[in-house]
Amino acid sequence: MGRLTVNNVSRTFYKGNGAPTIALSDITLEIKDKEFVCFIGPSGCGKTTLLRIIAGLDTPTSGEILLDGTKISVPDAKRGMVFQEYSLFPWRTVIDNIAFGPQMQGKNKNESLKIAEKYLGLVGLEQFKNSYPYELSGGMRQRVAIARALANDPKVLIMDEPFGALDAQTRNILQHELLEIWRKNNITILFVTHSMDEAVFLADRIVVMSARPGKIVDIIDVDLPHLRDRTAPESNELRNHVLKLLAKEREK
Amino acid sequence: MKINIKNAIHNRELEAISLLTVIVMWQLVADLLVKNKLFLPSFIDVVLSFLKVIKNGALYTDISVSLLHFLIGMFLAFVIGLPIGIIMGWFKGANHIFDPVIEILRPIPPLAWIPFAIIWFGLTHQSAGFVVFIGAVFPIIINTYTGFKSVPVVYVEAAKVLGCMRDQNLIRYVALPSALPSIAAGIRIAMGVGWMCLVAAEMFGVSNNGLGYKIWWHYHLHQMDFVLVYMLLLGFLGLLIDRVFRYYVDDRLLKWRLGIVM
Ligand SMILES: Nc1ncnc2c1ncn2[C@@H]1O[C@H](COP(=O)(O)OP(=O)(O)O)[C@@H](O)[C@H]1O
Ligand SMILES: [Mg+2]
Repeated sequence: MGRLTVNNVSRTFYKGNGAPTIALSDITLEIKDKEFVCFIGPSGCGKTTLLRIIAGLDTPTSGEILLDGTKISVPDAKRGMVFQEYSLFPWRTVIDNIAFGPQMQGKNKNESLKIAEKYLGLVGLEQFKNSYPYELSGGMRQRVAIARALANDPKVLIMDEPFGALDAQTRNILQHELLEIWRKNNITILFVTHSMDEAVFLADRIVVMSARPGKIVDIIDVDLPHLRDRTAPESNELRNHVLKLLAKEREK
Repeated sequence: MKINIKNAIHNRELEAISLLTVIVMWQLVADLLVKNKLFLPSFIDVVLSFLKVIKNGALYTDISVSLLHFLIGMFLAFVIGLPIGIIMGWFKGANHIFDPVIEILRPIPPLAWIPFAIIWFGLTHQSAGFVVFIGAVFPIIINTYTGFKSVPVVYVEAAKVLGCMRDQNLIRYVALPSALPSIAAGIRIAMGVGWMCLVAAEMFGVSNNGLGYKIWWHYHLHQMDFVLVYMLLLGFLGLLIDRVFRYYVDDRLLKWRLGIVM
């Protein structure tokens, strides 16, 4: 199961001079098991902060996060994360990067490699097995990062603008692949993006956020079946709706 | 590609010609201008002396004794410097404990320790090793520390969300490999400094054998051709050690860095 409960989570950062930045203000959100939720909002509205707290990399100033009813505070293998910047270990080959998680779970080398092979196949990079990250394109690196996160068999996959640095075409391909993986692996996905198009194409629900202080403006259900036609009238309508919401926030 | 190979051959030729020119000029200057073996032994004098030390076996003893001193010092510098650098770089606050001591000891030139080396260890191999150690340990500490300080946060966080939580594992699987280029650079600097300290320590009589000791010994006998033999040997050996290290560490252990501009 991968049901996430975000209860009244706030996070305030203090600058060097003591001035507070309210990155998140009283966020409450319930994410169902196997749901695909996209977070969208202007930069600085606390999307990364929220995901980092859910991953256990940051602690909220107040409030709590529950995974299947159990409070979480530190990272663990049940929640995988894919970062916006390239986060593959450059000193490990592709296969050793993917095998890292299972290895840390205490599996022996052979077992870890076997699991890694499986996920390497899932992202279709078998022939780059023994390459080092510097030999891969940006799209391939994010594929490996996804495979690495999945190799731990997480219940929740947290993705912070994973395709942000990729060109439009690679991005589209990876979006398709991600949906495929999501369906096969029965996981909950939290996905931050600043692309309307991406959110409308991927999400079951879109969480629209606003900045200073970061809070949720609206949560939109996307009741369109996958695979979605990016140019269908329903998609356009949704996009316009989100755009208007974000524009209204900007005017404030 | 073709042009590159051609250039390489061409460069090799140029290097050989340059070296030959220097040797010929050296010989000519020594024979025709200086005409004094004490002030400037000729190239041929040096070659003949070199053959002599090979024949009487002194060369092998001296090289192995010097390498022993060097290894003792480098080994100690590594097993003491690396953990200190790791602790300083990884655990918050630890550098405040070590820093004052290091900052006081580091500016003392390693050779200033020679009297204490002799008092503490006598005229032993350990004594020479100790002076090498003093010279080599600080570059290793400092480069390990900087390497650990500059481990990208994203690698540490990626490891944490993959279930690698304990400091011991984060150091072993993330920080150490990430800092390895910096540590390797530190070891290379340390070997350079250590090599210099070695010669000085041996010349000061910290030991009764070795390449540095022989320079001083032959100087007292006014055999400057032998002095030059040992000088050149020290240069070549230093270069060789650096090359071997480069080959094994930079080209093999650090080949993942190929894509990174250095
Ligand atoms: N470690 C930090 N220290 C201080 N301020 C931070 C830190 N992380 C984020 N912030 C601030 O919190 C706010 C939200 O940041 P972030 O979560 O990165 O936004 P987003 O990902 O939506 O662009 C920003 O104003 C940012 O400056
Ligand atoms: Mg962000």
